[in-house]
Amino acid sequence: MVGALDRKLVRDLRRIWAQTLAIALVLGCGIMMLVGAQATQQTLRDTQAAWYERHRFADVFTGVSRAPASVVADIAALDGVAQAEGRISFAAMLDLDGMEEPATAQVLSLPERPGLNLPLVQRGRLPAPDNANEVALNEPFAEAHGLFPGARFRAVLNGQLRELEVTGWVLSPEFVYTMAPGALLPDDRRFGLIWMPETSAGAVMDMSGAVNQISLRLSRGADERAVIDAVDRVLDPWGGTGAYGRDRQSSHAFLESELQQLGVMAAFLPPIFLLVAAFLVNMVLGRLIALERAQIGLLKAIGYSAPEIGWHYLKLALAIGVLGWAAGAGFGWWIAEAMIGLYADFFRFPFLIRSQGTGALWVGAALAAATVLLGAGRAVWAALRLPPAEAMQPPAPPGFSRGPADRLLAWMQLRQTTMMIFRSILRWPARAAITLVGVSASVAVLVMSYFIFDSVDALSDTLFSQANRQHMTLTLAESRPEQAVRDAHALPGVTRAEGAFAMPVRLVNGHVARLSALQGHFPGATLTQLVDDSGRVITPPEDGLVIPQTLATALGVGPGDHLRVEMLAPPRRVLDLPVRAVIMQGLGQEVHIAAPGLFSAMESAPQVNTIHLSVRDDQIPELHAAIKATPAIAGLSDWSDLRRQFDATLAENLLAMVSIYTMIGALIAVGVVYNAARIQVAERSYELATLRVMGFSRLQVGYVLVGEMMLLTLIALPLGWVMGYGLAQGLVTTMSTDVIQLPFHISRRTFGYATLVVLVAALGAALLVRRRLDRVDLATALKARE
Amino acid sequence: MTQAPAPPVFSARGVTRVYRTGAVAVWALRGVDLELAERELVVLLGASGSGKSTLVNILGGLDLPSEGRVFFRDRELTRASDRELTLFRRDHVGFVFQFYNLVPSLTARENVALVTEIARNPMRPEEALERVGLSDRMDHFPAELSGGEQQRVAIARAIAKRPDVLLCDEPTGALDSATGVQVLAALHEVNRELGTATVLITHNAAIRKIAHRVIVLADGKVKSDTVNTTRIAPEQVSW
Ligand SMILES: Nc1ncnc2c1ncn2[C@@H]1O[C@H](COP(=O)(O)OP(=O)(O)OP(=O)(O)O)[C@@H](O)[C@H]1O
Ligand SMILES: [Mg+2]
Repeated sequence: MVGALDRKLVRDLRRIWAQTLAIALVLGCGIMMLVGAQATQQTLRDTQAAWYERHRFADVFTGVSRAPASVVADIAALDGVAQAEGRISFAAMLDLDGMEEPATAQVLSLPERPGLNLPLVQRGRLPAPDNANEVALNEPFAEAHGLFPGARFRAVLNGQLRELEVTGWVLSPEFVYTMAPGALLPDDRRFGLIWMPETSAGAVMDMSGAVNQISLRLSRGADERAVIDAVDRVLDPWGGTGAYGRDRQSSHAFLESELQQLGVMAAFLPPIFLLVAAFLVNMVLGRLIALERAQIGLLKAIGYSAPEIGWHYLKLALAIGVLGWAAGAGFGWWIAEAMIGLYADFFRFPFLIRSQGTGALWVGAALAAATVLLGAGRAVWAALRLPPAEAMQPPAPPGFSRGPADRLLAWMQLRQTTMMIFRSILRWPARAAITLVGVSASVAVLVMSYFIFDSVDALSDTLFSQANRQHMTLTLAESRPEQAVRDAHALPGVTRAEGAFAMPVRLVNGHVARLSALQGHFPGATLTQLVDDSGRVITPPEDGLVIPQTLATALGVGPGDHLRVEMLAPPRRVLDLPVRAVIMQGLGQEVHIAAPGLFSAMESAPQVNTIHLSVRDDQIPELHAAIKATPAIAGLSDWSDLRRQFDATLAENLLAMVSIYTMIGALIAVGVVYNAARIQVAERSYELATLRVMGFSRLQVGYVLVGEMMLLTLIALPLGWVMGYGLAQGLVTTMSTDVIQLPFHISRRTFGYATLVVLVAALGAALLVRRRLDRVDLATALKARE
Repeated sequence: MTQAPAPPVFSARGVTRVYRTGAVAVWALRGVDLELAERELVVLLGASGSGKSTLVNILGGLDLPSEGRVFFRDRELTRASDRELTLFRRDHVGFVFQFYNLVPSLTARENVALVTEIARNPMRPEEALERVGLSDRMDHFPAELSGGEQQRVAIARAIAKRPDVLLCDEPTGALDSATGVQVLAALHEVNRELGTATVLITHNAAIRKIAHRVIVLADGKVKSDTVNTTRIAPEQVSW
């Protein structure tokens, strides 16, 4: 049976249900983010681990210009290497039905018995080793084009046009995230993967018995760094392009970067929500206990022990915790489900190992309990310490000392109702402080959430309006003299052509080495520019390098220091170049130099291997046709289309994300203001009823309540701006990965929206409570005073 | 009379209570000696501030004296721990206060159950309420009861545990004469039928006549201690 005390508990909860709910929602929001992020992260992690393990994803990867297949055995024999496998990989241009522009693909040779990076057949079968025209495609690409097993398509392989037949669709642990080299977004229509039997690939590339890519698995406990160095030494004579671990493998790096950002999300926001919830529990319980002084005294008088009474109030707090936790867990799963669905568009796994984020559930439960107990602690402690005899007497009326603040108020000659607002804040400074902190937390959370859009905007602006204004970029099959730029200008519809030179390099400073790409910038280029993350155009120097901050930190170099620059593609020169400047670079890890300086250091004539084009829209079909017919062009990226995709992806999610952020951020303000106002009404109903009796209108009385809440909100705004600024800065620092660095820029629009949302939320909550004043029966309100 | 005097329920020796608030010390009690016999009904009178509530709170184990000793039967309350005091109140004392102190979120029956759930040998809440004549209002919340009815619920709550002593601090203070009489009658009957020793604080000298004994406090000391030779029934009191 339910004891009388528990019945009191249930009725107390029911009486303050709206307040309980408001707190539970704030708490639940924190738990939801924690559980949601954790369940998503754990699902992706478990799936990733299983997928990698079952399909033997390699640990170290490297390329070579061309090496005899026997070198694979040499590498397999190295200390710390469990297994190695070589293959031939090359780029191809495809000509697909229903697609006027060319698509590109990476062709990978498929050993007869693959031992690493095993493709999983999703449909059809793998190509037969002896059939020169059979290939398998990666599932997303095949899907995008409807290339079912049995379908045929044309491809330019090593300069020859060939017709290939699709035998099956596969997924590979190497390509969970598929992005064309140098691209910024995955595009399953324009970039595909082709698996071709080893013999036919060897024949096509004239590389039978040779390999140009090697991957390997480490033996247990092997030192990756040491293995990479050993592999680089073995491959050096064959033109090794530098071995790297999973951390630089594009698909893995993107997945990791996403997982890291999920982790940041789980770590950043929830504490704010939990803290605010703790404050609210403290505020509500503190006031409940103050109100129930006499009842506490009575319970003590009739023989209830202090722990029994304390437990009674803690149960109330725990009920809020349980409510918040349950709501948070439920919504968390729902959010995780939605996020995993979203990720499925980018990350292709053949299966999903779902995780409920059980760890987070327990952590969440512990945090929820800690939150409410922390919040309840002081109030309950006060209740326990209340000597029974004293508890029976009404609390001493709050002391009104006339301080300097009062003299100021008197001097201002305010109306008495306004005076009441100020007096109330001065009388209960702790409660006002909680309201203040809570509302500013709400502003801060909103500023931080909206800031992400500013950051992405700034990134897109730098990327598309300043750094890359070209319509298209052509990648050449090999480096050519500058004449190639003039040839490109002669293609149909091209209004401007600018060459550039990009070279994979290894940068070495003492014992530290990093793989990167060296960009040679030709003077007078206007289509592409080097821009730092605050939008400044930087002119690369002739006599040294400009390198991004992250790379400078990793290598331990600054302006003036020298770097050894090893080119990893022909002509494979090694240069010693000084660092001239370190910049904040939004995207990528390239280092830059002016082309004339580079070529004079190399003692060779200027060369290009990339050409940026500006083109006339009406001649694009002709241009595409010409590109398809030019074997010297190995790849094409369409920047105007990229920009469209970028904007479309953003716009697609923008509304949903803004509304979710707004709701979550506003929830704090609503929860805080609603609770504070409810307490004011309950505590001052006598005072406010007296005003009504004296003839003040509802509006005037409501003004006392709503005015106080809005005054506190106004004071909280600038505080919230500052807190939000700090949070955003912290977020940028922790969210930045090797793959992407978010620029730190908060627009006035962000501050404006955050302010507006909080003002509306606070006003709404205060007005909602104000309606209760209408319901107060004046006679009872005055009588209820004891 | 050859009969040996009944052993006292309470005996207080040199009880002093000083309240210190900041620099000022208030002497609420200045050496009170007092005994309360089993089955006795004592009325405690005195001017406001004379220390009546302080004394009763100390007897009931709600407060401790600054000096002096207090015994409940053979147990010394002044040496009891906080836990022992709690148990003492739970098992032996019933309180009735001027402002009833009912839990507003519980019904009359539940307010009484609050006590019966933790007491050792309680009566049923219904029985207790019946004794104070409230059988028909058991499921009402305090807000739905009149002041006198609320006070009678408080009395039911106090007696439901079959306490050894009943300590009442101005139980009729907030009531009009007729309602006050009902409350006094309830107390009187409990004292007579259950034999519960009762201390009744009042400002109302008219009430003194229902007691076995009248003690008057003045300035923290016992000013007079008189045995009533003739008692009257509560119904005959009026003010
Ligand atoms: N918690 C306290 N702190 C300081 N002084 C106190 C406290 N409680 C009581 N006093 C003082 O002790 C004295 C005795 O108080 P007590 O409440 O016992 O008087 P009383 O006889 O019950 O008065 P009344 O008839 O008004 O209830 C008074 O002067 C009172 O001001
Ligand atoms: Mg008193």
